[in-house]
Amino acid sequence: MAERPQSLAEHAAQTDADRREIRELERVWARPPGIIGWFTDTDHKAIALRYVVTAFVFFILGGIEAALMRIQLARPENHFLSADLYNQVFTVHGTTMMFLFAVPIMTALGIYLVPLMVGTRDVAFPRLNNYGYFVYLIGGILLYVAFFLNTGPDAGWFSYVPLSGPGYSPGKRVDIWAQMISFTEISALCGAVVVIGTVFKMRAPGMSLHRLPLFVWAQLVTSFMIIFAMPAVMLASSLLASDRLIDTHFFNPAEGGDAILYQHMFWFFGHPEVYIIFIPALGFISSIVVTFSRRRIFGYTAMVLSLIATAFLGFGLWVHHMFATPLPQLGQSFFTAASMMIAIPSGVQIFCWIATLWGAKLNVKTPLLFVLGFVAIFVMGGLTGVMLASVPLNLQIHDTFFVVAHLHYVLIGGAVFPLFGAFYYWFPKWTGRLLSERLGRWNFALMFIGFNLVFFPMHQLGLNGMPRRVYTYLPETGWANLNLLASVGALILAIGVLFFIVNCFWARRSGVVAGDNPWGADTLEWSLASPPPDYNFFRIPVVEGGYALWDRSQEIPVVIGLSSTKRETLVTSVVDAVPELRYELPGPSLWPVLLSLATAETFIVGIFTAWAFAIGAVLTFAVFIGWFFGDPNYENVDAKEPPEPRDAADALQYLRSEEV
Amino acid sequence: MYLRNLKLSGTSAALGMVAVLLLASCKRETRNFDPSPMGQQKVVMSDLQPGATKPSPERNPVEENATALSDGKRLFSQYNCTGCHANGGGAIGPALMDEKWIYGSEPENIYATIVEGRPNGMPSFRNKISDYQIWELSAYVRSLSGQIRKDVAPGRSDDMNAHPSEQRVERKTPEQSAIPKAAEQP
Amino acid sequence: MIAKRQIAQVESFGRWYFRRARLRWLVLVAALLFLNGCGGFQSVLNPGGPQSEHISRLWWFMLFVSTAVFLLVMISLWLAVNSRTKPTNSSPEKETVGTKGRKGLIVILATGVTVAILFAFMVDSFLVGRGLTAELERKQGLNIEITGHQWWWEVRYQDVDASSIFTTANEIHIPVGVPVTFSLKASDVIHSFWVPNLHGKKDLIPGKISTIWLQADRPGVYRGQCAEYCGHQHAHMALWIFAEPLEQFDAWRRAQIQSAVSPASASEQKGQQVFLSSACVMCHAINGTPAGANFGPNLTHLATRKTIAAATLANDRSHLQQWVDDSQQVKPGNRMPANKLRPEDMQALLDYLQSLK
Repeated sequence: MAERPQSLAEHAAQTDADRREIRELERVWARPPGIIGWFTDTDHKAIALRYVVTAFVFFILGGIEAALMRIQLARPENHFLSADLYNQVFTVHGTTMMFLFAVPIMTALGIYLVPLMVGTRDVAFPRLNNYGYFVYLIGGILLYVAFFLNTGPDAGWFSYVPLSGPGYSPGKRVDIWAQMISFTEISALCGAVVVIGTVFKMRAPGMSLHRLPLFVWAQLVTSFMIIFAMPAVMLASSLLASDRLIDTHFFNPAEGGDAILYQHMFWFFGHPEVYIIFIPALGFISSIVVTFSRRRIFGYTAMVLSLIATAFLGFGLWVHHMFATPLPQLGQSFFTAASMMIAIPSGVQIFCWIATLWGAKLNVKTPLLFVLGFVAIFVMGGLTGVMLASVPLNLQIHDTFFVVAHLHYVLIGGAVFPLFGAFYYWFPKWTGRLLSERLGRWNFALMFIGFNLVFFPMHQLGLNGMPRRVYTYLPETGWANLNLLASVGALILAIGVLFFIVNCFWARRSGVVAGDNPWGADTLEWSLASPPPDYNFFRIPVVEGGYALWDRSQEIPVVIGLSSTKRETLVTSVVDAVPELRYELPGPSLWPVLLSLATAETFIVGIFTAWAFAIGAVLTFAVFIGWFFGDPNYENVDAKEPPEPRDAADALQYLRSEEV
Repeated sequence: MYLRNLKLSGTSAALGMVAVLLLASCKRETRNFDPSPMGQQKVVMSDLQPGATKPSPERNPVEENATALSDGKRLFSQYNCTGCHANGGGAIGPALMDEKWIYGSEPENIYATIVEGRPNGMPSFRNKISDYQIWELSAYVRSLSGQIRKDVAPGRSDDMNAHPSEQRVERKTPEQSAIPKAAEQP
Repeated sequence: MIAKRQIAQVESFGRWYFRRARLRWLVLVAALLFLNGCGGFQSVLNPGGPQSEHISRLWWFMLFVSTAVFLLVMISLWLAVNSRTKPTNSSPEKETVGTKGRKGLIVILATGVTVAILFAFMVDSFLVGRGLTAELERKQGLNIEITGHQWWWEVRYQDVDASSIFTTANEIHIPVGVPVTFSLKASDVIHSFWVPNLHGKKDLIPGKISTIWLQADRPGVYRGQCAEYCGHQHAHMALWIFAEPLEQFDAWRRAQIQSAVSPASASEQKGQQVFLSSACVMCHAINGTPAGANFGPNLTHLATRKTIAAATLANDRSHLQQWVDDSQQVKPGNRMPANKLRPEDMQALLDYLQSLK
C-alpha cells in the first residue's frame, strides 16, 4: 500500500477555518434523530443501506421458500406442501427474488455508491429517493402480509392470463400481486431517475463521460433500461387488475381481448428485467477486477459499448419466452438471431476481464473469488441461454427444469455471486470494518459447491421431461434421485449464505478496522472515511483521469466556493462535467413518507373499492401541495459567480479555465 | 394520559383490523376442495306453497369463500342452469338477478330449491349434485342480485358477458314475490 | 411432523454423502447424469420420431460446441489467475494494457470465434426449424384435435366421415410412420402439449388454435405432460401416446368408434343405473346411453385405457374406486366431486365402468 491516498477531508482540513467549515457542514447535513428522523432522512447512504438490509431480508425469505420447495420435491408424491401452498410458495419466491430482492438491491448499491463515485454530496432528488424506499417497503410488506393471510399470489411470478384472470384466480391473491408490482415498479423508477440525474448532472468537475467508472456506467445503463422496461409491466399488471376488478376485457378473447397480448407486455419487461439485474453486477465485477488486479481495465471503450449494446439488444428478444405460442415461424427466427447476438457483448466483457487479469499482480481476496466463481457459472448459464435462443431446441427445453437451471445460473451466477463479492468489497466502506477473509472463503466455497449441486442436475431433469412449477411428480418418472441431489445442494447453499450472515454480525463487532481504502482501490468513494461523513466530500474533488485516485497528482485539486451553510452541491454539464450551477439540495422531510402512504392507500384499498382512487387522488394532491410549497425556495446560483475569497488557487484556476 | 390512551386504542384498533382482515381473507381465500359426502341431502320440504321456507339450522359453509363462488359460477352454466334462467335474467325460469324471490332468498331456501325442485318446471337435483356444489351454486345465485360480499363475488368471466360481473352488482333488497301469472300451470 | 421427517431424510442423505471420498462423488454424479441421459419414456434425448431426432441432433451439436467453449474459457481463466507475477496488494500499474498488442488481437479473435459459433448455431437452428414442419405439412395424415382442460386432455379424432369421429381422453394412439397433425385448443387456461420423445411443446391457448405436426417412427409408449403452469393440478396433467403399427391402430380405432357395450350382468345394469342417476351423468358422456355431458373425460371405452385421472393412476378396480369415492384425495382441487355411494352401488358402478371395453 505504497500510495494509500489520504481522505479528502483530512487532506483539506488543515486550518482553523477548515475545521470551522467542517463543523458547519456536519451541522447542515446532520441526519435527523429518532424514529421521525428515520422516516424523514434523505441521506443517500442511509437510504441505500436500508434498501440493502430490506432486500436482503427478502432474499432470506425467498431463500426459505426455495428451501421449502426443495424439501417438497426431494421425494416423489411428497405431501410436505399441498398443491395450493406450493403454488403460492413458488409464486412468492419468484416475485420476491425478482421484484423485492434483485432489482432493489442493485439499485441500492447504485444509490449508495454513485454519488460517492462521481464526487457529490447526495443524489439528485433526495426526497424522491426516500419516497422510492418507502413505496418499495410497503409493497414488500403487502406481499408478505397477504402471503401469511393465505392470500399469497398463486399464478406464478409471470401471472399469465387467463389463469391469473378473474375466472380462474378467484379471491384477491392475484390482485395483491398486481398491486405489489405497481409498488416495486414505482420504486424502481424513482431509483432510476435519481441515478440518472446524479450521473448526468452531478459529477465532479473533470469527470467527463469517458472517465466514468464502469460501475457508474452500468448503473446508468440499467437506469435507462428500467425507465423503458418497467412501464410495460405496470401496464400489464394494471390491465390485469382492471380485468379482474372492473370487468374490462383486455385479455378476454371472447370479447376481442387477447391472452397473448399479456405475454408480450410481460416479457417486453421480463427479458430486459434480467439485464436490469445483471448489468449492475457487471459494474461490481469491473470494480473488483480493477482493484484486485491492480490494473486498469482492458478495453474500457469496448466494455462501455458492450453494456450499451446489451441494453439495446435486451429489448429485442422477449419473444424467446413465447416460442411455444402460435406465432409465425419467420418472426420467431428474428428473435433467435437477436437472442444469440446478445451473447456477443457478454462474451466481449468476459474476454476483457480475463485479459485484465492475465499477468496481473492478483490480490486474491474473497471479492475476487466471487468474481471468478461468477465467470464459471455465468459462462455456463450464457451457453444454455444460447441454446434456449434456438427455436427447435427451445420447444423441447422451454418451461422445463432445464430453464430453471439456466435462469438460476444466469441470475445467481450473474448477479448474486457478484453481489456477494460486492458485499465483501464495500462492506468496509459501509461499516468501517472488514468482513472476515476466512469465513468469506468458506462462504464462497459452500455457495459455489451448493449452487452447482442444486442447479446442475436440473439441466438433466429438464431433458428427462420434468416440467417447471410442478408441486410433485410420480415415482415412475425417474426424477427422484436428481431431485434429491438438488435438495441436498440447497442445504449446502443455505449453509453458505448462513456463513455470510454470521460473518456480517461478527464483523460489525469485531472485524478488522478498515481505514479509508483497505483495498488500495481507484474510485472516489475510497478517498473518504469509512463510513463516509454525512456530507460525503468536504471539498468536491476535481478529477484528472479515469481512475480518480490512481491518476491524481500529489495535491488533489478541489472545488471551493460551495456554501457550507446550505445543502449545496455542484451541478456540472452532461458530457464534460464542466461546472454550471451551485445547486441547493432539499433536506429531511416528512412529505415523502406521507406520499408513500397516499400511494399505498390508493393501491391497496383500490383492490377492494374504486373509491380508493378518488381518496388517493385527494390525499396525493394534498401531500404534493405540502411538498412543493412547504419549504423555502431554493436558490440555484451560477457556479461561475466569484466564489468567496480563499486560496486554493489551483481549484479556482480550474473553474475559471473551463469558461464555456 | 390522553396520549397513552390514544396510543393504546390505536394499537388495539390496528390489531382489531388485522384480525378482521385475517378472518375475512381466511374465509375468502381458502381453497376447499369438495369435502362433502353425497347422498345425504336431508332438506325435506313439506310446504310447496310460495313463501319462504323455514331455514334449516344448516348454514351455507361457502358464502364467504371466493373459490366456491367462482366454482358456483362455472357450475351454473355447466349444469345448464342457464338453460332456463339464462345468465340470471330469466327466460323459461324466473330471473335470479332481481329483488324478487318466490321461495325465499336465504341460502337454505335456494339449497332446498335445487335439491327438491319446485313446481312449474324446476327439476330436483337430489343426488345428482353433491352437497358442497349445491352450496356453491346457492351462494352464486345469491351473488347474482348482490347478496354476497363484493370482495368474494366473482369477477367477469372469459366469455361473452351478458351483464356486469357479480362483484359489481349493487345489492337488491329481497322481496317476497308470487309465482308470475305466466308460469302458472293450467 | 412431516417436515421434520423430510429434513431428517435430507440430512441423513447429506451425512452419507459426505462420508464418501471426493472423487467418488464426482463419479457418482457423472454416472447419475449419464445413466439418466439416455433411454426413458419421457426424454428429450431418446427420440422416437424425426422431429425429436432432429432436435436432439441439434442439442448434441450445441452441447459439444458449448462444452468446448466453456472449457476454453475456464482454462484461460485458470491460466490468467495463475499467471500472476506478484500476489501482493501492491501499487497499481501506471499504464493501461494496450488493446493494440497481442492481447488485443486475442480478444478480437475470441470475439470473432464467438460470432462465428453463434452464426453456425443460428443457421443450424433455422434449418432444423424448417425441417420440423416442411416435410409433414405436405403429407396429410391423421388429424387429432386436443383440447386442454383443467387438468386433463380431451382427444378428438377428426375424420371426413362424421360417423368416424370419436372422442377419448388422456391416451392417444397413433400409427407408426404416419404424420399426425394436432390441432390444439384450450377450454379454460393455457396449457402446453409436450411429448418430449416425439417433439417439442406447443401451447394450447384459449381463443386460438395452434398446430403441431409429429410422427413416431418407432412403436412405443411415450409419456407427455402439460408444460405450462395451469393451476392446482398442473403436476398431474399427463398423457400417454401409444405408437402402434398401422393394423393395430386401425383395430383400436374401429373399436373406439363403436358406442359403449350394453351392460351384460345384473350388476352392470345396476351400475349403469347408478351412473345415470348420480352425479356422474352431470359431467361425463358414455356414447349409446343418455349420458352426454362433456365436462369430464368421455368414458365410452374407459376400460380400454391404461390409466385414469390424466395418467396419474393405473386403471384398475381399486384405483377407480378410490378416484370415484374421493378424487380430491388424489388430485386436490380437480373438478370431480367426491361421490359417497352406498357400498353396493359403488361395486355395481365399478362393475359397469370396468365393462366399458
